[in-house]
Amino acid sequence: MSLNYFELFGLNPIFNIELATLESNFRKIQSESHPDRFLTASATEKLSAMQLATLANEAYQCLKNPANRAKYLLELQGITAISETNTAMPMDFLMQQMEWREATEDAVSAKDVDALDNLLAEIRVEAKSLQENLVSLLDVKKDYATATDATRKLIFMEKVSEDINRAIEQLDI
Amino acid sequence: MALLQISEPGMSAAPHQHKLAVGIDLGTTNSLVATVKSGMATVLQDEHGHALLPSVVRYMPEGEVVVGHDAQAQQSADPVNTIASAKRFMGRSLKDIADRAHIPYNFVDSSDSTKLLQIQTRAGLKTPVEISAEILKTLKARAEKSLGGDLMGVVITVPAYFDDAQRQATKDAARLAGLNVLRLLNEPTAAAVAYGLDNAAEGTFVIYDLGGGTFDVSILKLTKGVFEVLATNGDSALGGDDFDHRIYCWVLDRIRETTNNFSPLNENDTRLLLTKARQAKEWLTDNHEAQIVCRLSTGTLVDITISATQFVEFTQQLVIKTLAPTRKAMRDAGLTLEDIEGVVLVGGATRMPQVRHAVEEYFKQTPLTNLDPDKVVALGAAIQANALIGNRSEDDLLLLDVTPLSLGLETMGGLVERIIPRNSTLPIARAQDFTTYKDGQTAMSIQVVQGERELVADCRSLARFELRGIPPMAAGAARIRVTFQVDADGLLSVSAREQTNGVEAHVVVKPSYGLSEDEITRMLKSSFGSAEADKKARMLAEARVSAGAIINSVTLALNADSHLISDNEKQTIETEIQNLQTVSQAEDADAINKAVDALNHATEAFAAARMNASVSHALSGKNLDSINL
Repeated sequence: MSLNYFELFGLNPIFNIELATLESNFRKIQSESHPDRFLTASATEKLSAMQLATLANEAYQCLKNPANRAKYLLELQGITAISETNTAMPMDFLMQQMEWREATEDAVSAKDVDALDNLLAEIRVEAKSLQENLVSLLDVKKDYATATDATRKLIFMEKVSEDINRAIEQLDI
Repeated sequence: MALLQISEPGMSAAPHQHKLAVGIDLGTTNSLVATVKSGMATVLQDEHGHALLPSVVRYMPEGEVVVGHDAQAQQSADPVNTIASAKRFMGRSLKDIADRAHIPYNFVDSSDSTKLLQIQTRAGLKTPVEISAEILKTLKARAEKSLGGDLMGVVITVPAYFDDAQRQATKDAARLAGLNVLRLLNEPTAAAVAYGLDNAAEGTFVIYDLGGGTFDVSILKLTKGVFEVLATNGDSALGGDDFDHRIYCWVLDRIRETTNNFSPLNENDTRLLLTKARQAKEWLTDNHEAQIVCRLSTGTLVDITISATQFVEFTQQLVIKTLAPTRKAMRDAGLTLEDIEGVVLVGGATRMPQVRHAVEEYFKQTPLTNLDPDKVVALGAAIQANALIGNRSEDDLLLLDVTPLSLGLETMGGLVERIIPRNSTLPIARAQDFTTYKDGQTAMSIQVVQGERELVADCRSLARFELRGIPPMAAGAARIRVTFQVDADGLLSVSAREQTNGVEAHVVVKPSYGLSEDEITRMLKSSFGSAEADKKARMLAEARVSAGAIINSVTLALNADSHLISDNEKQTIETEIQNLQTVSQAEDADAINKAVDALNHATEAFAAARMNASVSHALSGKNLDSINL
């Protein structure tokens, strides 16, 4: 079965997917393929169910997350958003990223969890507007070049958020 | 003894026949067994009407093993041969046990610090796995007596925060007890099932589970029979035992203050004071003060009063320790307090008022306590066991659980490269490609770790294994793909293959801890006193059972879906079924297993076709006939 992730869940390959449909179709597939349903089945059936359940989990994680979903949509167009040779970023975004990193370091040395939480909220707002942008770029204008830049930004913002979350965790013992 | 029902060879049992399956809560302090009878989950009691079985095992001088209340009553009299809280030692080596000075057992010092710990008793060296197996055997006997037949399968609960070694140890214990484990189920998930089905709950719920020796917090989304774990966290070495221990230390300090020339306690007195401490803790749940009165073997009379306020004060740090994992789980789930529909308290230790207050204060809502916190986990496990064995007619219960800890690999400089992040929905698989560092290199060593820290040294090492037989090539030319799979029990398996040149070096890696096949056989032998002939008989019986199961399931599948394959394929499968039926009549376990493999192999295409059909069916909601396949 070589379905792409959207086909697996019976969805159109667009950025602005209906999350409720994704979720309910994910559950339908898990209902049919989860290992719990195949305890008394033959080893062969167990294996193919396990493979499908694993694929469904991976596909669901990918499509649920906006940055991964955008990256995957671009991949379907043959575009690799993040590669070792292609990391160019607009200067203003690089500056902003540096600011976030510095703010994180300052908050960590001040052991200021609230400041880190505020930083996360700030990044969330930025990410939200990027996502709205991506709906028009990917689904309407099909401007994949600009969409690639936006996706790359989104991925970097996720990385920064992840690092901030890890910093919070280390402060919160 | 009940008569066994045996159906005609190759015929499936009647579909409405109720199969005996139970859920077991293998707890640190107490263990329980529950089952579903006429649609109702019920905890099974022993002949004295006790539901809780104290998780205490005593090895008697005559070689007998006593489990439960009778063992618990002798803890102070015979501390070194009476083992309590063995769950704390599951899958652990001696260096993992922080407070061993206060534990009155004869731990065996091993030169190998990573070796699983052992306890010296009068019945010889015992591992926590063997001790737990005694508890499971007692519950198995209770269930079989009460239900009047052999158990077909069990669901055993484990703390959600148990790592791979602890889960493997639990599975080994079940095997030693002669139980067929359908699934290891996370305790908070089990509690959510019991609570959710009982209250028809929908929405996002937090399960706060403080047991005797472990703490778990899980956040679940409940929708129409689907229990989806969004995040889990915890501390597998924090529980009610620690509160006992704080009282014990506090009392010891008071005794020291008032006694001249106070000498260290012997094992019996340590156990005596720990028991008194536990009783005081339980008393303080409903009372303002508790009195601890006893006479030590030295003749010293202990008479100390402890107030609830004092108790709350010196256990405050323990309560606070549960909130950090709680916050982590909330962050991982990406939720705020307003998103939480309810907080369910599970585990006997949540009876302590200071714990309830802390939970209430953090979540800003009164926690739900309308289910017995001691029984809810066993009841949930029973419901899951009933569904897994196929008794539940409605096909609507689905549990989607996660892996509690990240899995990673050692890279250069002792750093961890994360492969599977924590809170990934199970089952999950990830592949990672490796290549060689030197020309002509034919082997490489890979270390798998579990944990959240950056350094390998700070994580738990699961396995170190070597890939051998890589065809000699220039440095960087080989492509070795290593696949990590975590199954629905939360257990890891690793396989690797070399992809270039068509050479497939396929290795399956069993973690380096856990019991080897030989050790299990030896333990099974010593516990049943059986000889080689018994082993053969058991292997034959097991082979026949799996042959019967696959014939049954393939026959059912053919009856339902044989239109999905060609007549040719169908015939091949039928031939293999006949062959397996014939071989099963003979006495050769190997031949039966080979025929099972052959039948499995013959059904590969059929299984895939059935899988595809059921998925399109699920998504379209149409009848299969109307789909053009």
